[in-house]
Formats: sequence, structure tokens, C-alpha cells
Amino acid sequence: MIQTINFLKPNRDNIKNYSIIGTFLVFVSLIDVISNAFLKINLTSFLPGALTTLFPLIIGLIGLNMMRIDYSGNKKLDLLNKNINTNNFNALLTLLILFSIIKALPQSLSWMIFDATISGDSKDACTGTGACWTYIKVWFRRFMYGMYPNEFHWRINTAFILVIALGFVGYFMKENLKKYLALYYVIIYPVIAYLVIYYLISGGSFGLQWVETGAWGGLSLTFIVSFFCLIFCFPLGMIFALGRRSNLPAIKYISICYIEFWRGVPLITVLFMSSVMFPMFLPEDFFMDKLVRVIIAITLFEAAYCAEVIRGGLQSLPRGQYDAAKSLGMGYWKMHIFIILPQALKLVIPGIANTFLALVKDTPLIFVVGLAELAGMLALAKTNPKWLGFAMEGYIFASIIFWIICYAMSKYSYNLEAKYKTER
Amino acid sequence: MSDPIIKIQNMNKWFGDFQVLKNINLEVETNKKIVVCGPSGSGKSTLIRCINRLEEHQEGDIIVDGNELSEKTKDIEKIRAEVGMVFQQFNLFPHLSILDNCTLAPIWVKKMPKKEAQELALDQLKKVQIDDQANKFPGQLSGGQQQRCAIARALCMQPKIMLFDEPTSALDPEMIKEVLDAMVSLAKGGMTMIVVTHEMGFAKEVADEVIFMDEGMIIEKAETKEFFANPKSDRTKLFLSQIL
Repeated sequence: MIQTINFLKPNRDNIKNYSIIGTFLVFVSLIDVISNAFLKINLTSFLPGALTTLFPLIIGLIGLNMMRIDYSGNKKLDLLNKNINTNNFNALLTLLILFSIIKALPQSLSWMIFDATISGDSKDACTGTGACWTYIKVWFRRFMYGMYPNEFHWRINTAFILVIALGFVGYFMKENLKKYLALYYVIIYPVIAYLVIYYLISGGSFGLQWVETGAWGGLSLTFIVSFFCLIFCFPLGMIFALGRRSNLPAIKYISICYIEFWRGVPLITVLFMSSVMFPMFLPEDFFMDKLVRVIIAITLFEAAYCAEVIRGGLQSLPRGQYDAAKSLGMGYWKMHIFIILPQALKLVIPGIANTFLALVKDTPLIFVVGLAELAGMLALAKTNPKWLGFAMEGYIFASIIFWIICYAMSKYSYNLEAKYKTER
Repeated sequence: MSDPIIKIQNMNKWFGDFQVLKNINLEVETNKKIVVCGPSGSGKSTLIRCINRLEEHQEGDIIVDGNELSEKTKDIEKIRAEVGMVFQQFNLFPHLSILDNCTLAPIWVKKMPKKEAQELALDQLKKVQIDDQANKFPGQLSGGQQQRCAIARALCMQPKIMLFDEPTSALDPEMIKEVLDAMVSLAKGGMTMIVVTHEMGFAKEVADEVIFMDEGMIIEKAETKEFFANPKSDRTKLFLSQIL
């Protein structure tokens, strides 16, 4: 059929007529589908059985076929033809995709918005057929702060605001202090952030009540785990990337062993090891918090991935850069700090962003060792006897939150790329 | 006659099983300008890369300014700081501005104060006539300008010797002249230079000695006039007949 309608091919003289008729036919087909989906009215009920369902498709195809005019001179028409209407098969795909989106819209919209409930504060409020956002509303604080006592939530908020504010210090540093920027972000900043989180969120001193890490949870725990893992795994990965390319056999093989070991085991076993096996090897009186162990485990794990991404950047630099740096009398460290790493790291921004996004999305795995961050809290909430049956709403909520975080990170990485772009 | 600043004795070098340099003997005195020529693959680039140990030699001695180059040499960076090098592909640092390209090594290797380094760099850039480009990035400059910047960058380390590894081979014919002009004025200023090049006009103008290499060996080594007037070996004659 697709071949036979070619006889409708327009010639150049009556482009105008054909494009108007074509557009009209496509509109007719879309209106038919829309009225079917939204208003439940079948405009073509006078046609016999199968033809009724196929009607919009056939009409739309004929319309698109008529609009397909090469070099019509109309920019919008050319753009349309070039991208979604190159031949009959692509036109068919275009129509099918459009139709399925239109067909799916009414159901999802009514479930998510029109039939949804948000009022009330118990399950009884949710009697409609739509989503029960009351569930999210009631559990919101738990999803954000976990089992952390309600009256102390200000401590988490303050700690986060402080940590974020400290992160922006780099922007306002004076020109003559700029050279310590890397030092600040790699060593000083994590230490301060750790102290802030320890004293504010854990408490135990300055008159703040001690809250054990088992009670931490929700989105705030996601942030804490991701933050420390990101900030530590990057420099560690850099060290192993350089180590793997070292001329010294000991350093080289240690790095290779490290990277291949951590890349070879699944994160979930690493987490189990860190919480179950690791304490057995520690001396009796030595105590290390479970959260700290988990953060160390994820950091070590992701550092191996970072290392390989960074190594890719190091290898893509031309040998001439090394030659030039050496010929100017720079030693290994000066060469890497001023010449090689700035260029290599710029090249691997997309790869690093990729690894970091994966890391953030891996944090829900810490649920297996009993730490309930956002997705973990969901798993707890959906098995709560009072709130059975709302898993769907919870997961949609969590995916929206994760999507916002990850999209923000990815946008930021694009900005970084643009900022450091100097064409070679 | 002063002592030679570079002395190479019975030097051999292999890449794997392949011998690139065979029994090289060479002495270069201060303020002398040596041009090395020869067909590609003859080992001339490798030879000058050995002089600041970007390549390691396996046999024989290389003595630069009284320091022997070997695996035991500890302060190889110190020796390299005294030997400037200019590459065929310029090898400017693309993430740094022209000025930063020139000041980076003086500041961090020679511990020069930043202000002094910048003045020195602008001075050197002025000598090669690109001081007006100082704040641009290498990618925004033409090939000839980039190569002149590379020369200025090497000179900012105030080296005793300058090595040029086919500095004009990657350039348009029009840009070759501006780079050669910069090199001629440098030569007239009394710098010790070893230049690997195919530019015989440059050799005739500034070189004290010309070395002809083929298959990893020094075939002929003579005073410039002598070299061009009556080359001794047949291989040299053949090469010159093709290139001139």
C-alpha cells in the first residue's frame, strides 16, 4: 500500500495546493484521534469496522505524502520533511508515535491530576480512581529526613545550608588565594563539611541531643552519602589513574590490582562486606559507624571507575604536550599539575558526570545494609499496614526527585564544559 | 676555542630491535650554529631529542654543559631547563594563554617572581613580534604565530642551547619566512643552536657547520660553505641535487 500511493506525488507547479490539502488531511487525522481519545466520540463511525480504526492513519499518510515536496522554499515545511517525513515509512512511524502519545495522554493525566486526591491525612481520603498524593503529603517529612526526630529537622537544614554556602566560597576567593582552590576543595572543604555534619546532625555536644546514624534517612541521607562519595572518589580516582600510567612497577601494579578488583565486584557485595564482614576484622574496642563504613566502601568502589575515566583523558593527550612540558624543565608533578591534568580533566567532564550520576543513582543500594535513604524509606512506607497499595505514587515521586537531581548535575557538567572550552 | 657545550661520543640507540642511531660522534661549541639535514627516517629528530633526554640512548656518552646524561642523572629537569626546544607541531599548551604559556615554566621551574616573568615574556614575545597576541589562546593564532610563540616560550627559560626539531615543516610557505626570520635574528644574537631542517637557505645564511645524516649515521660533517660547494660523499651529492 505504501508504494501504491506514490501516484499522488505532487509536481512543482502546484506546491501550494498540495501543501494546503496535505496539511488539512493531517489535521483531520489528528482531530479524529484526539476526539476519540479525549471526548470518546468516534467521528468516523459511518465507515465499516476495520476502516474506522485505520482511517486516521490512511488519511494522515496521504496528507504527509502530499506535503513531501523537495526544496519547496518554505523553511518550516522543509524542516518537517527533512526530519520526520523523509519517506512513507518514516511518515508512518511519525503518525504512530503521535497517535500513541495522544491515546496515552487522557488516562495518565486523569490518573495523575484530575482524579487524584491530595486532601486529608489518612488512607480513607483516597477513594477516587486516581493517584493518592495524600500518601506523599503525609509521609513527606519521612521521605526527606528518615526516622530523624521531627523536632530536630532544623539541624539537618542548617547543616546543609552551611555546607552549600561553604561550597560557594571558591567563587568569592581573592585572586591571590586562587592557587589554593584545589587544596581547599580536596582537603579543607570535606573536613569542614564532615565536622559540620558530625556536630550538627549527629549532635552529642554543644547541648545538642545525640541522634544515631541508624535514624538518619530519606533524601537527606541520599545527599550526605552522595556528597562524601563524590568529593572523595574523584581525587582518589585521579591518583590511581596516574598510578596506572606510572613507570614504577610497584605503583603501576598496585593501581592495576586496585582498579581491576573494585571493578570486578558488584557494589551490593561490597556494601555487605563493609557492614557484615569488615567489623569482624576490627579490634574489639574499635568502633566505626555503619554509615562511615558504607561511605568508604562506595568511595573506594567508584574511585576505580573514576580512575579509568580519567585514564582515558590522560591517554587522549598528544605526546607533544608531555615533550613540551619536559623540555621546559618541568618534573613529573609540575608537568601533571599544570599541563596534563587540566587538559585531561577537561576532556573527561562528560565521562566523570556519567560516573557521578551513576553513583547518585546507586545510593539506594545502601538499603541492603539497613540504611533507608529516599528509595529505602519508600520501601518501608509501602509496607506500612496503614498505607498499603500506594507503591506507584511513591516510586513516581522518587523518580521525579532523582530526575531533578540528576538533570541538575548533568546541566552543571554542560556548563563546566562550556566554561573551560578553549579550542586546541 | 672554548670547551664543547655538547659532546656526544660513540652513541648508539635502538627502538626495540631497530638501531636508529649508529655510532654518533658530535661536538658543539658555545655560540656555534649546527644544521642537521637528511632524508626522513634518518634519525636526525631522534638525535636532538636525545640531547635533552626526551629519548634515552643505550650506549655511549652524551655530555651537556658538563653533565653526563644517563639513567643515574638525577637533575634531568635542571639540564632540560638549560636546553630550549622547539617542536615541529609547536606543542603549545592549548589551555593557557600565549602569555601564560611563556611564564609558566619561568615561574614554577626557575622560581621567578610573576611580575618579572611577565616582563621577560612580553620582551621575548616582542622580539618575535607577537606581543600584541599575548592574551589570546594558541588555537586563535596562525601556525606561524604559534611557532614564534613556541620559540619565545623556550627563550623565556633563558637557555644556553636551543634545539629546533623541523620548526617549519608543518607550516605554509608564507609562514615559513616569519619563523625563519625569528630564528635568524636569534642566531645573530649569539645563541648556540642545533637545527634540524630542510631549509637550505637558512643553513647557508646562519650555519657554521652542516651535518648530513642517513640511516642513523652521520655521513658528512663540514663547514657550511664547504658542504654546499663540494660535498664529499655520493649520498650527500644526491640529496643536495634533489633538495636544491
